[in-house]
Amino acid sequence: MKGDVGTKKWGIGRLGMYLFLTVISLFSLFPFYWMFVMSTRHSSAYNSIPPAMVPGDQLKENFQKVLDMIPFFQSMLNTLIVCLTVTIVVLLISSLAGFAFSKLKFPGKNILFFAILFTIIIPPQLGLIPQYLLVAKAGLLDNLFAAMVLFFLNPLGIFLMRQYVSESVPDELIEAARLDGCSIFRIYRSIVLPIILPAFATLGIIVFTSVWGEFLWQFTVLRDPESYTIQVALASLNNTHKVDFGMLLSGVFWATIPLLIVFLLFNKLFISSIAEGSVK
Amino acid sequence: MVSLDEKQQKGRRKGFSSQEMKEMLSGYLYISPFFIIFAIIGLYPAIFSLILAFQKWNGMGEMEFVGLSNFKVILSDPLFWKSVYNTIILGLMGTAPQLVIGLILAFLLNLSYLRFKAFFRVTIFMPYITSMVAVALVFSVFFSNNETALVNYIIGLFGFDPVSWKTSEWGAKIAIATMVFWRWLGYNTIIYLAGMQSIPKELYEASKIDGASIFQQLRYITIPLLKPFILLTVFFSTVGAMQLFTEPTVFLGNTAFSRDEAMTVVMYLYRDAFRLSSFGTASAAAIVLLLFIVVASAFNMMLTKRLGNDRRET
Repeated sequence: MKGDVGTKKWGIGRLGMYLFLTVISLFSLFPFYWMFVMSTRHSSAYNSIPPAMVPGDQLKENFQKVLDMIPFFQSMLNTLIVCLTVTIVVLLISSLAGFAFSKLKFPGKNILFFAILFTIIIPPQLGLIPQYLLVAKAGLLDNLFAAMVLFFLNPLGIFLMRQYVSESVPDELIEAARLDGCSIFRIYRSIVLPIILPAFATLGIIVFTSVWGEFLWQFTVLRDPESYTIQVALASLNNTHKVDFGMLLSGVFWATIPLLIVFLLFNKLFISSIAEGSVK
Repeated sequence: MVSLDEKQQKGRRKGFSSQEMKEMLSGYLYISPFFIIFAIIGLYPAIFSLILAFQKWNGMGEMEFVGLSNFKVILSDPLFWKSVYNTIILGLMGTAPQLVIGLILAFLLNLSYLRFKAFFRVTIFMPYITSMVAVALVFSVFFSNNETALVNYIIGLFGFDPVSWKTSEWGAKIAIATMVFWRWLGYNTIIYLAGMQSIPKELYEASKIDGASIFQQLRYITIPLLKPFILLTVFFSTVGAMQLFTEPTVFLGNTAFSRDEAMTVVMYLYRDAFRLSSFGTASAAAIVLLLFIVVASAFNMMLTKRLGNDRRET
């Protein structure tokens, strides 16, 4: 494929190609850089012309203002609890169901599997109001369990796990274990589970990142600031008439950094997981 | 191993052996968590929404059956139609450029001789890691009404007057479409890239021998073979665009539910339910939204399918 763009190695076509990619990369990176800059500047820097482009000395002060506005660490902790719990529950539900759909025989298997896939097309907003009423009636408003329960349903997870078990766990292995008198749960725990651990990483990343960014549902059921997840807390920073931009972006910056670091460390795994989760 | 059919036939003839019974029970047990949770927080709410759409209810007192009147109320509400219009326009502005540029980016990232591939892939994908709330907040500062706002400064360099991004019809839409574009571009690029890696390299080599240019390759090889992946992204984007809520709500902050420039259908139904306590009309709006999603995704899928076919025949 050498020389597809322009005939010379550094022809105009190839130069244009790198230019285009660089511009898009800068466009992608700039908001990250800029939220860092603003989180270190006094709000007044915002009115300067030309706009401030280098960091200032207000890093601590701005973050202190965030802490005065929202229970930042509590919100981060709440988010972490929600994300981890949902991830673990989804992995358990999906791997058990995926194993059953792939390796066990029971009447109605295919219909039930398609029923699960069919639920993908129900938009989450359709049930929003009754779901809210249900949570309110159970006295679970402002409760983190309410913030997670909706995300336990993950049809895509079951689909992925079924695929993975079918592809990577040989029938012979299960048959052999059965002849040895293993119970079905034992087969799941000692044979299937170790083989599908890589799929746990894939599905875990997908679930964790999507729940991390979740907003509408939590915005609906969490009203007490102490119960806020970080997204709801951040949104509340912008809900006043006069917003201190330095403070606002400081909150955004510190809330974005943890997941960003994890992503940069494991970027290959992240990108391949999210691509695989969508493409399968 | 005995095949599934044979085993089922045996089961029907002789009844199930105790081991088969055990397997059946385990099977149902292992898939039951999904169905139990779904019944409570998926199916029941969906049915309840259907019922609510025909009732008048403020969430507290008695429900009153009102027939189709909730639908009449919303369908004759100019604000509802404005929200439909906004949702469609924002969907087009936010997703169409993203899919086209994502396709080009993936094509470039798939070129075997491209250098710094890993770097470009990571930077282009990075925005996907930020939450929609974070994106909306950062862009709400970029696109603030302030004359010194970054975007106003930049367009000022090109001789344009400052724009009130949050309070003007097109200003709000451009700002929101830009943040949707920024966050999802990398995601779609990665999906296309995964698709392109499944296209055999020999096809490109053969076409090169025939003298095909890079654009011809993109048009006659990449796009037709990528069609399943394009359909997938079009489907995701359409469904996502019809459900747009977080970006406009967070971007506009305390004016989100009092202005109409960027009110989407989901914001409309949220406002009906949780600001105006009109659960009946909100549920009716949710059902209309469901119909819109079905129609819009079917329409876009048809369009995308045809696009591929035309290209292949020419």
